[in-house]
Amino acid sequence: MAQTIDRADGKLVLTHIIFALAALMIGGIAGMLQGMVRGGVIELPGGIGYYQLLTAHGVLMALVFTTFFIIGFMFSGLSKVTGGKLTATSRGLGWVGFWLMAVGTAIGTVMILANKATVLYTFYAPLKASPWFYIALALVVVGSWLSGAGMIAQYVSWRKNHKGKISPLFAFMAVATMGLWYIATLGVAITVLFQFIPWSFGWVEEINVMLSRTLFWYFGHPLVYFWLMPVYICWYVIVPKIIGGKIFSDALARLAFVLLLLFSTPVGFHHQLMEPGITPFWKFLQVILTFIVVVPSLITAFALFATFETTGRAKGYKGLFGWFKALPWKDVRFLAPFMGMVAFIPGGIGGMINASHQMNALVHNTIWVTGHFHLTVATAVAITFFGIAYWLIPAITGRRMTEAINRLGIIQVSLWALGILVMSGAMHISGLLGAPRRTSDTTYNGNEIAAQWDPYNVLMAIGGVILFISLIFMAVALIKMIRLPKGETEYPVAESLMPAEATPRWLERWGVWVGLAAVLIVVAYAIPIADLLANPAPGAKGFVLW
Amino acid sequence: MHIHRLEKIWIAFGLVMLAVFLTVLGIFAFSQGVQTPHSYAHQGVDPEKLSETPPFDQPGVYQIGENEYEAVIVTYAFGFNPGEITVPAGARIHFVVTSPDVVHGFEIAGTTVNLMSIPGEVNRVTYTFDKPGEYLILCNEYCGIGHQAMYTKLIVI
Repeated sequence: MAQTIDRADGKLVLTHIIFALAALMIGGIAGMLQGMVRGGVIELPGGIGYYQLLTAHGVLMALVFTTFFIIGFMFSGLSKVTGGKLTATSRGLGWVGFWLMAVGTAIGTVMILANKATVLYTFYAPLKASPWFYIALALVVVGSWLSGAGMIAQYVSWRKNHKGKISPLFAFMAVATMGLWYIATLGVAITVLFQFIPWSFGWVEEINVMLSRTLFWYFGHPLVYFWLMPVYICWYVIVPKIIGGKIFSDALARLAFVLLLLFSTPVGFHHQLMEPGITPFWKFLQVILTFIVVVPSLITAFALFATFETTGRAKGYKGLFGWFKALPWKDVRFLAPFMGMVAFIPGGIGGMINASHQMNALVHNTIWVTGHFHLTVATAVAITFFGIAYWLIPAITGRRMTEAINRLGIIQVSLWALGILVMSGAMHISGLLGAPRRTSDTTYNGNEIAAQWDPYNVLMAIGGVILFISLIFMAVALIKMIRLPKGETEYPVAESLMPAEATPRWLERWGVWVGLAAVLIVVAYAIPIADLLANPAPGAKGFVLW
Repeated sequence: MHIHRLEKIWIAFGLVMLAVFLTVLGIFAFSQGVQTPHSYAHQGVDPEKLSETPPFDQPGVYQIGENEYEAVIVTYAFGFNPGEITVPAGARIHFVVTSPDVVHGFEIAGTTVNLMSIPGEVNRVTYTFDKPGEYLILCNEYCGIGHQAMYTKLIVI
């Protein structure tokens, strides 16, 4: 019985995936409860607060589920495309990274449950959590750095043994993703290590609030690309194999990832458009850069539909849209990522609206924004990850993915899509009517305008329950996967349509790309941050207001 | 690098659309005055000394012209000072906002008044209230356990 990837590698990957899915389940319970509270269906029992749940939901979904799944998935692909076995160094770093992140997650969760960190996953100062919460975050980040080092070690080892050859596409993309992660986490690491931890321990009395926000959002925007790039890996490298096709353009796929590496970070101000302390000039400059980072997604959209069409036509389907029928709609390995792609269309458009000055004024901090990111991270990213899990778990555990699991998966992801449609749709409309995000159940003292938002809150509760039911189906599927028959499940990796020589080598000159990324960051951030440091506003003392 | 003809057209189309959006955005922001909220100079105030620092030592609505006002507002956990505001229809209000404690949002639902009130900083935005009615002012940034109870009214008569 052939093992898709080395057994020891499989263990590393599986541990990450299961940890991620467990975080998702707990975060999902929180999310459902939040929706039901706001929909007026339940009241929370004493001992747990709405904002505690919200903090847990954000941290578990946006930081834990995502990071662990991404690292597990990328280790699996790296192993597969570099010969089926990670080096001992790579795997060792992967394990140390996992344990640091897991310990950090545990400490953070305890702090949140103990109501010592009810600061939401953005932990804006001067709300002051327990220092152990910030230490927990630091552990997760440092752990991820070690995981990244493990992945880069594997890539470097492959390149040494294949001098002169272009790297496998999955490996290239994984390195680009972790490269972005290192660049991005620099900002949050600086603010957590040099501002939040000393301040929350009481070693310094005051914190520069604008600086902490700016450093956080320096990290917060590329964070979403850290989530998106592994999804693009699935769409570019894995989906074509599943549909019986090939990668449309290896070169442009690499270019898209280089552009993401360059333009994901110098754009954080579009999350801070409504703030003082940053001049209109710098806000607008970063909005221009934000619009440039749309380009790699446009490239990706074209590549995907081109892949679908060329594959369909190669199979003999004719007519303008006949190739559509060639797609394996009854295969959850395709259906789930495809649903993710569809969700990303309004998701991406919403993102551009959010980054546009005048429209931002209308939607900032309303629940429209929550609707936006439930389309992007909670659908495009999450549903693609679900689609991956259904074949990845059997593949690495030496079992055969059965039609029964496939059918369960189709039901699960379809329920997820329905839940999101209802919930996110309601969030978008309610947000346009002014409903704020991050707010517990209230009628604002019977206010008429607020009353308009009530029916949408009910819809959000319904959507949240549907999503939770979808998670139950996923839990059932996971349990069934333990008892699948032993056998082989394919780890689908597509070949390129064009020969390797068609991809220009300069795409792999990491020194150039990282250097350019640094230049762009300096251009976008150096002067505004220097201004915050040179003319600092009076610092703020900490507040524990929960 | 070979790029398919259709892809070249698609990317060109995309770049043109992005350029058009940015141009519209930029013109409205820089020449039509529909700009993001901001302080005119980087103006810091000590959040612990607001009661001694003008204009925040006397929050309130002050007439500065014909149907033109400056509204000096302190957002705090969990309310607004001044509380209810009443102005005549057509009033052009310059909001000047800060916080003595944590970050708050200052949103007037149904309008484009939506800004972050950050301790240590002063934020400003201007809006003309043509339509009479009762507007809901609320905090839209999590600020603690009373966040959902942080609201007041702006009445335009």
